[in-house]
Amino acid sequence: MSEQRKAAVLISGGLDSLLAARVMLEQGIHVEGINFFTGFCVEGHTHAIRKRDQKKDKRNNALWVAEQLGIKLHIVDIVEEYKQVLINPKHGYGANLNPCLDCKVFMVRKAHEWIQAKGFDFIVTGEVIGQRPMSQRKDTMPIVSGESGAEDLLLRPLCAKNLPETLPERAGWVDRTRLYGFSGRSRKPQMALAASLGIEDYAQPAGGCCFLTDESYAIKLKDLWRARGNREYEMDDIMLLKVGRHLRPASHFKIIIAREEGEANFMQGYRKLYPHLKTVSHGGPFALIDGDIGDQDVELIARLVARYSQGRNADEVELQFTDLAGDTRILKVHPMQAHEIPKEWLI
Amino acid sequence: MSRQIIDCRRLLCPMPVIRVQNAIELLPDGSLVEAICTDPGALNDIPAWSRINGHRVVETQTVDGEYIVVVEVVRDGKS
Repeated sequence: MSEQRKAAVLISGGLDSLLAARVMLEQGIHVEGINFFTGFCVEGHTHAIRKRDQKKDKRNNALWVAEQLGIKLHIVDIVEEYKQVLINPKHGYGANLNPCLDCKVFMVRKAHEWIQAKGFDFIVTGEVIGQRPMSQRKDTMPIVSGESGAEDLLLRPLCAKNLPETLPERAGWVDRTRLYGFSGRSRKPQMALAASLGIEDYAQPAGGCCFLTDESYAIKLKDLWRARGNREYEMDDIMLLKVGRHLRPASHFKIIIAREEGEANFMQGYRKLYPHLKTVSHGGPFALIDGDIGDQDVELIARLVARYSQGRNADEVELQFTDLAGDTRILKVHPMQAHEIPKEWLI
Repeated sequence: MSRQIIDCRRLLCPMPVIRVQNAIELLPDGSLVEAICTDPGALNDIPAWSRINGHRVVETQTVDGEYIVVVEVVRDGKS
């Protein structure tokens, strides 16, 4: 009996990687999943933050896919290493700050390192030629396999028939005739394959799986970099870009104002790391201040936060300001009026 | 039986899962890992990860807005 070969499949949680893994299982390959966490993955995050979303299904799609397939899933934290991919993408950005091609190269390179360390034979992805405008084109497929170092250890079962044979095919580990030749942006071939395999439930794509493809998120990240004078970021920075209303009245600070209770609760977790304000006299939002503020800034900030409170039409609103040392003081201010807030402040 | 406590407060999924996974990788059969989380998603994700990787969730509870999941490490020779 021939040796059972082992493949690591990049599992995003979407239909394509689910199908790629399933096709390998059908061919008797031992399959385990790898899911990379960059810090920008949409998965899970906002569900946990916004109260209105907390009743939504909280399943992590990558874990769910692995469970449906009956395979192990290894979630790999690449947050730190990913910074260089985002800051200096060799192949540039897509429509926003999404370095899709560099990202794919990086993930396949990490998967290649992983299979070498774990004694696996090859790597599988759910890529389909023409499915994505930047990273999944006929001319970029060889870039991913070449620059990642995976070369012909990278098998794409859903479009393999449109590509040169890989080692798993040449060596007879997998049967090329039982692979597929999908191409283009249509999802119909994948949906038909899913149906033929009895797969009825899978995640529907909804605006991509990465915040870097999101225009408003990218604008906030660019603003952060511009204000700091460099393109560094920490995990807390990129988490806070996902919540609240961001306003920058001056280059040296911005204010993050919670839009609802769930966001306020989440932002409270950062209260020891940032100066913050909460409305006392009226119902109102919790707000964090990111930057190096002086006493002269505090009144403006308080007036702005008061604008977003239920006391916006009152003569005076009372707020509690807490500085980084944890010292608090009460401020009484006249809420800012709508015409006093330039559009440019809203990031 | 050893019990390792992991502070996952303020971390959003899948980070609590990753912390549990990385802790378990270094622990022998029968060890316990207790994750203290503030993301309610951990109540789904840590048990799901445990099921597919062959480990056992022995306790879940919610205390004062924190979610505690205790996982027992199972080594069956395949992990």
